Amino acid sequence: MKKLDAKIPPGPINEKWTKYRSTMPLVAPHNKIRMEVIVVGTGLAGASAAATLGELGYNVKCFTFHDSPRRAHSIAAQGGINAAKNYRNDGDSVYRLFYDTIKGGDYRAREANVYRLAEVSGNIIDQCVAQGVPFAREYGGLLDTRSFGGTQVQRTFYAAGQTGQQLLLGAYSALSRQISLGTVKMYNRHEMLDLVTIDGKARGIIARNLVSGKLERYGAHAVVLATGGYGNVYYLSTNAMGSNVSAAWQVHRRGAYFANPCFCQIHPTCIPVSGDYQSKLTLMSESLRNDGRVWVPKHIEDVEAIKTGKLKPENLAEDRRDYYLERIYPAFGNLVPRDVASRAAKNICDLGHGVGSSGLAVYLDFSSNMKRYGKSVATSKGKENASDAEIMTWGREVVKNKYGNLFEMYEKITGEDPYVTPMRIYPAIHYTMGGLWVDYNLETSIPGLFATGESNFSDHGANRLGASALMQGLADGYFVLPYTIGTFLAHEISTPKIDTNAPEFAAAENDVTIRINKLLSIKGNRSVESFHRELGVKIMWEYCGMARNEAGLLKARDLVRKLREEYWTNVNVPGTADEFNPELEKALRVADFIELAELMIVDALTRNESCGGHFREEYQEEGGETKRDDENYGYVAAWEFTGVGVDPQLHKEELVYENIKIALRNYK
Amino acid sequence: MAHEEINLTLQVWRQEGPKKSGKFETHVVRINTHMSFLEMLDVLNEQLNQQKKQPVAFEHDCREGICGSCSLVINGRPHGPMQGTTTCQLHMRHFNDGDTIWIEPYRAKAFPIIKDLVVDRSAFDRIIQAGGYVSVNTGGVPDGNAIPIELNTAKRAFEAATCIGCGACVAACPNASAMLFTSAKVSQLALLPQGRPESKQRVLNMISVMDKEGFGLCSNIGACEAECPKGISLENIALMNREYISANFASRRVPTK
Repeated sequence: MKKLDAKIPPGPINEKWTKYRSTMPLVAPHNKIRMEVIVVGTGLAGASAAATLGELGYNVKCFTFHDSPRRAHSIAAQGGINAAKNYRNDGDSVYRLFYDTIKGGDYRAREANVYRLAEVSGNIIDQCVAQGVPFAREYGGLLDTRSFGGTQVQRTFYAAGQTGQQLLLGAYSALSRQISLGTVKMYNRHEMLDLVTIDGKARGIIARNLVSGKLERYGAHAVVLATGGYGNVYYLSTNAMGSNVSAAWQVHRRGAYFANPCFCQIHPTCIPVSGDYQSKLTLMSESLRNDGRVWVPKHIEDVEAIKTGKLKPENLAEDRRDYYLERIYPAFGNLVPRDVASRAAKNICDLGHGVGSSGLAVYLDFSSNMKRYGKSVATSKGKENASDAEIMTWGREVVKNKYGNLFEMYEKITGEDPYVTPMRIYPAIHYTMGGLWVDYNLETSIPGLFATGESNFSDHGANRLGASALMQGLADGYFVLPYTIGTFLAHEISTPKIDTNAPEFAAAENDVTIRINKLLSIKGNRSVESFHRELGVKIMWEYCGMARNEAGLLKARDLVRKLREEYWTNVNVPGTADEFNPELEKALRVADFIELAELMIVDALTRNESCGGHFREEYQEEGGETKRDDENYGYVAAWEFTGVGVDPQLHKEELVYENIKIALRNYK
Repeated sequence: MAHEEINLTLQVWRQEGPKKSGKFETHVVRINTHMSFLEMLDVLNEQLNQQKKQPVAFEHDCREGICGSCSLVINGRPHGPMQGTTTCQLHMRHFNDGDTIWIEPYRAKAFPIIKDLVVDRSAFDRIIQAGGYVSVNTGGVPDGNAIPIELNTAKRAFEAATCIGCGACVAACPNASAMLFTSAKVSQLALLPQGRPESKQRVLNMISVMDKEGFGLCSNIGACEAECPKGISLENIALMNREYISANFASRRVPTK
């Protein structure tokens, strides 16, 4: 059995990366042009990696299942990107960002990786500005920042409520430039369906051309996955409809370990579920918690009155409102980390204070900050005696400038005006901290196979802080992987071009063909969609969602197994393999989600503690806070695939904290 | 919120492939007014699935109006009847019981149909590849605050940069012109100091590729701006025209793409 080696360089934490980077093996320019690298995915992590590898001189083949690299789901990230620039002079530093991230992750992330992330965070902002990313600015022309959860400094750079879009378009432009220079060959509408390994090393992929339906073979000296997270295992999530786990799951089946799969992030501020037909959930950015205050009615009779329409929430008296986050967590208030805010929302709704028709929502209210801003505008206009209506109009303008697109989005979906009536929000699946296990080089347990961005597990522990996903994706792609991939490729300079006629390619292609033909031949009675919905809503959200317990997880495992059996005997996939066939694409993805679901349940069952987003009801402090067990569970659970329906093999990477004193997470 | 059930007749464009001829197909669905337009199509597809028929192929991904994947022409208008709204954000409460809805793909020479309502918009990628970037490599760039940018300029650049690349502008234009799309990127980079050094070459190259891809010319109709779900302004086209003229007159540069 292989031993897990995280390959963390020796030395003090603040020197590890600098020293390592200066001493790692390099590939000389004349060798780089002979080396081929496959990058799968074109989100922040993939596009930035492909572009940078191309600039360095490697021959890159880049794949996306979308019609264009610009569609990757990073585009939908709203609030911002963290960087330890300390432009605000509010006491930020690399160490503080490192500390906040480890603490926010409930002490389940690897110190060395997180420190490196904090170190390169500033470079990302510089890089994006140089690309022409139009960040928000102050009147003096310098970059503006705002607050995000889990921190007490303002280190989040942003572009209105569409920071992800602007950063992704920046990375897409860098990628487009390399495509035009011929260093990157782009394959749109190609979905990776299998990994090809030769002598234990990743040497290529099998991809399906989604237009023709043909399976195609692509070889390379190394393969990089930047394929995002697996939140769509829950069916309803803030992920895009196409976001899937298939690439990561296929490499897991080929031997890559999958780490901490039960660590899923539930985002506290999403638009609540409104009906059974619903296909996805929409996030309302965490940045809104800068200016929005979360509350529920203090008295049950007010809950009822609002529900029956007798009372409008905006008219409920201040002293009859419970600003429960401010009450329970005075030090961080509305800006507690996501897992804490989500659980608090669930608890208060469980006590009967939830609003909306389902009782599963809380209010996010901007009125007091609109008033505050309005007053400040009045002062600057010299209108001390402005009327309340005038003040609110000015305040509304300020809020509109900051979050206009988010308010519009809310209005379009719910038909309510959030400037007047407080938003109704509820937690929803948003991000997955778990993912492919990688070492310090971002290399998986398969040599030559790397994983970046959300698809790996490395930086966020059991809970990710807001505005850190964009930071990690771009850190990995621009500033980490382009270096660390050299540690593998430096030993491959005499490896010739990979021959896609090798028997390993034929075997992998054959496996994919069998899987596709099987799915098409079942011709059962249920749509793929109906299985996906059942898996996500009826099983995973119910038993492996915001709160989990042993009995529920055992039941869920049983249900998932039965669902898998039914899937492979009763699914109906229309059409053929040799055509543009979105139903077949979905069928392959849902088959993988079903297998992943069981692994998540096993992981959640094995981790007999609560930490971050993983809340086991049996393990809680008084007041419902997570109760960690550092002694027995201070490790990364890296799972090895041993077969479908067979217990996976657990490998533990012990987490060592040398620089941060591990403590009870306290946001009070 | 009241969830009302309504009946709709859908006239949906069906076309098996790029070289096949297509036609409208009639379907009847009963749906809930709180659904989004795409959730209504999900209902139709589930219905077709039950009848063992081919579901309607349509493009979609984020379903929150930012990825630019969705692309339908609804009752003759790209992204349907609501201003500033993508198809995925269009909700069924804007339709009435008994309505007939016509659903078509974008129609433009440069956007060939792949299947049903799905078109190939890769020509947009090629326009960006012609120069929609600042030529900087990773690393070795100045500090983010080294060059202050006036607030309004930054804001205008940002507004141009919010284009989602959906192609509604092309579908709306009688000339199937891509001027609004191209000009949004040209403007963003021309406004920012980081984009200035290459601005002349950029505008020449991007327009040259735009023409080669088969998009038409601009004749100042303004349908693009009217139908743009992100409100990208016609001013960008004016700015691009100025850039283009000045690049042609003031320099010896010729398109290199």
